[in-house]
Amino acid sequence: MTFREEHELHGRRKGRNYGLGLILAGLIALVFGLTVVKVLELGDAAKFERFDRVVRPQIIPQEGTGE
Amino acid sequence: MSDISASDTPYEASMGDYFALLKPRVMSLVVFTALVGLLVAPVPVHPFIGFVAILCIAVGAGASGALNMWWDADIDARMKRTVNRPIPSGRVAPGEALGIGLTLSGFAIALLGLATNLLAAFLLAFTIFFYAVIYSMWLKRATPQNIVIGGAAGAFPPMIGWAVATGGVGIESVLMFALIFIWTPPHFWALALFVKSDYGNAGVPMLTETHGRDATRRHVIIYTLLLVPVAIGLGFTSIGGPVYLAVAVWMNAWFLKGAFDIWRRNDAACEADYHRVEIKVFKVSLYYLFAHFGALLIEAALRLYDIGGWS
Repeated sequence: MTFREEHELHGRRKGRNYGLGLILAGLIALVFGLTVVKVLELGDAAKFERFDRVVRPQIIPQEGTGE
Repeated sequence: MSDISASDTPYEASMGDYFALLKPRVMSLVVFTALVGLLVAPVPVHPFIGFVAILCIAVGAGASGALNMWWDADIDARMKRTVNRPIPSGRVAPGEALGIGLTLSGFAIALLGLATNLLAAFLLAFTIFFYAVIYSMWLKRATPQNIVIGGAAGAFPPMIGWAVATGGVGIESVLMFALIFIWTPPHFWALALFVKSDYGNAGVPMLTETHGRDATRRHVIIYTLLLVPVAIGLGFTSIGGPVYLAVAVWMNAWFLKGAFDIWRRNDAACEADYHRVEIKVFKVSLYYLFAHFGALLIEAALRLYDIGGWS
């Protein structure tokens, strides 16, 4: 059962709509991939976790370690 | 009540029509030279970031092609070679081409800036501006030196590729730019000497028509002479080496001989052998560019095994 009547225009623009859908999906994949690569390239995650507002004992410098 | 039905618009543009706006053949040269610029740079780039950068450069080049087609639709409609392009043939509305050109430009520049660095994004933005505004809108219809100026837009991609990797501009990237920039005029004018164009009917001043074919032959030899030191000089930079230099010496001798032959000819000789020399030089000019950039790539590959370059 269809909720909307199919218009002839939908059929004619089908290829175009699929194409645009693929391009948008590709853009999402690109941004996601870039995010993964950029975050992995940061190396030590603690470098940026340090700016978290929540106190976390594991990143507080230990006495006598020279940090 | 009026019914606006699909039958009012007999043709619906397909993805292929929109893709044709991006001038895919020009894009392939842009991808090749930008990739070489990126790979020969001394700073390694993550493969995925490199892929995104090349994609952005290709899309940016395509976007400038769409803007060019939007602006030049009136010229394209009057020339046999271009009359079947999407806008003059009525497959794509001019406004759509403008929208696609501007949108893709924005996306390509922003994504390149986020993925790599601001200099690369700025260079891509400048390239699009240069091709669409300085060349297409301003100088193409104003001067027979339009080919020289248009060549600059095609010369930026390796410089952008280099900037993606290094974040800067170096003598190497400037010379790669200069190589394509000075190569473009003799390459195109060799073509103009044997292809009967209708640029004149379309109101575009071409050197063969404004200054004559003899003047064009002189321009071919002058620009080829200017090209030689640039091509050879690139061989002595950090991205050059013995392989590149050997290729450059051979290809420049070949191209220079061809340009000299063209210079020595006249219209009667051209007609007599159906432009044999001009056609040959045009083909040589294509090999010329691919050989130089291919040799740079070989040098970069050899450097990975510590056998490339001058060290």
